[in-house]
Amino acid sequence: MFEITKLSARTCSMLGQRGSIFGQAALEAAKEDEKFILLTADLATLSGMTKYIDKYPNQFYNIGIAEQNMIGIAAGLAAEGFHPCATTYATFITMRSCEQIRHFCGYMKEKIIVVGSGAGLSQGFAGNTHYTIEDLAVMRSIPNMTILSPADGASAIKLFELACKEQGAVYMRLTGNLNCPMVYKEENEFKIGKANLLKEGNEVVIYAVGTMVSAAMKASVLLEDKGISVTVYDMFTVKPIDREVVNNAKNYKLAVTIEEHNKMGGLGAAVAEVMTEQAGMPRLLRCGIHDSFDLACDYDGLLAQNRLTPELIMEDIITKL
Amino acid sequence: MDLKQFSKELRLSALKMAYDCGKNGSHVAPGLSAIEIIATLYGDVLHYDVNNPNDENRDRLVVSKGHCVLAYYSALNKVGFLSDEDIASFETNGSHFHGHAMRNLANGIEFSGGSLSMGMTFAVGLALSCKRKGLSNRVFALVGDGECDEGLIWEAAMSAAHYKLNNFTVIVDRNKLQYDGPTQDVMDQIDLGEKFKAFGFDVTIVDGHDCDALSKALKHTSDKPICVIADTIKGKGVSFIEGVKEWHHHTLSLEQYEQARKEVENV
Repeated sequence: MFEITKLSARTCSMLGQRGSIFGQAALEAAKEDEKFILLTADLATLSGMTKYIDKYPNQFYNIGIAEQNMIGIAAGLAAEGFHPCATTYATFITMRSCEQIRHFCGYMKEKIIVVGSGAGLSQGFAGNTHYTIEDLAVMRSIPNMTILSPADGASAIKLFELACKEQGAVYMRLTGNLNCPMVYKEENEFKIGKANLLKEGNEVVIYAVGTMVSAAMKASVLLEDKGISVTVYDMFTVKPIDREVVNNAKNYKLAVTIEEHNKMGGLGAAVAEVMTEQAGMPRLLRCGIHDSFDLACDYDGLLAQNRLTPELIMEDIITKL
Repeated sequence: MDLKQFSKELRLSALKMAYDCGKNGSHVAPGLSAIEIIATLYGDVLHYDVNNPNDENRDRLVVSKGHCVLAYYSALNKVGFLSDEDIASFETNGSHFHGHAMRNLANGIEFSGGSLSMGMTFAVGLALSCKRKGLSNRVFALVGDGECDEGLIWEAAMSAAHYKLNNFTVIVDRNKLQYDGPTQDVMDQIDLGEKFKAFGFDVTIVDGHDCDALSKALKHTSDKPICVIADTIKGKGVSFIEGVKEWHHHTLSLEQYEQARKEVENV
């Protein structure tokens, strides 16, 4: 079991979410479980798997640039009692092989840990083909899928450990790059389907996911400087959504969702779906990526264009209050 | 087992199922083209135990060509996996027996068919798994020739050769007619056998209605993955269905059923 300490949190932050999982957590999984098998679609080097491949060459398949076949083969392995984890860029694994995930994980209930890395806008100058702004919408609508999206490197390992123990298929959405901001600096409990309360206030409640948890925490400090009291939840389980914490929104003046995903179909939509079933709910501000493809820009610039920096999030919250 | 007789029984059962499901209609012609392939597999080639359907050492048959359930369910019924009540519930509300089969090992069904090419990649995963386990069994995937339009067939084929899966056999039911018309017109496959050869397969082409030839080809082993191209006639055995594209999915009237039954019985 991985433990979050100041040191491990810092190491994981340097490695990023992807590096934390494939440079650390996957090695532990393979060591503990000889049926654990890692598959990739020509993204081993970039994903930091070199050490894993050296140590566990017999628990690894590089399927080549064939994401659909990777999921199909993973399903065959799962059906025969192995424990496959398949990974490549989030955009390709969730959309090129969308129907394979639907068919094998959703319909046939084969347990595959599907890990999509580089989700959101972190691919920067690689451009729109490499951004993933639709994966939550796509994966959320497939029955029998659990969706996890960690806030930082250390919690990525925690969630990966949970995904290994989960009965059904899991989609893990990894956001951010190397040197991703730290949210968890000490040991913390993680339970699938239960959001983590990171900060408690009484005027605004923020539901954030992925890299945007760190942005939400920073925005909350800026808001507090202006006398606005904020609650922040890490909604690392996007499906099944923690309905209880969303129902708490009725105790606040404003509810806010923040995600590195299209404003449509992701966390904001999941929260809205719960809120609209209840009376007496406050207004909901959904911060996310605009429904468009953009011109070339670096990661920070893209976040700013989509008003996903702490300062711009603060401004938008004040405007809606 | 008399495979010719077994094929006749399957064909009659398939026609009865097609008639019994009434106005819902079913995939009549693609079921009939696969009869001898399915009969040969269950009657002479596959190792399975109806009383131990989870047997680790069983051969795996993945029916990727999901629209041949009339033949598939009929065979599972005749060999004892499915009851008469099971196949009588075909395409009725609340039934486990959709127009495309759902994975259920107790029923002898390895794979949920319906989305073309999915079974090929899944079967490669099974074959890889069986190799990892050191089993000496075989894994078969049954695909259609129209299904070979799908890119995933070729991704999976490439990986079968790459992983040296000589326990894997893909059978192509080459009936040369897909939903919209002759395969050659819809998307010409030029030379399917050469394609599979180029992908690293040991290829045999046989008459897909000749059980002896099928049996020989399906029992053949190799150091490569195997491809058996079974040349068939879509709708085989019923004069007004053979080669008529509209019979891909159709209803069977009482009059048509009686005529079809007589034709099959009198062969």
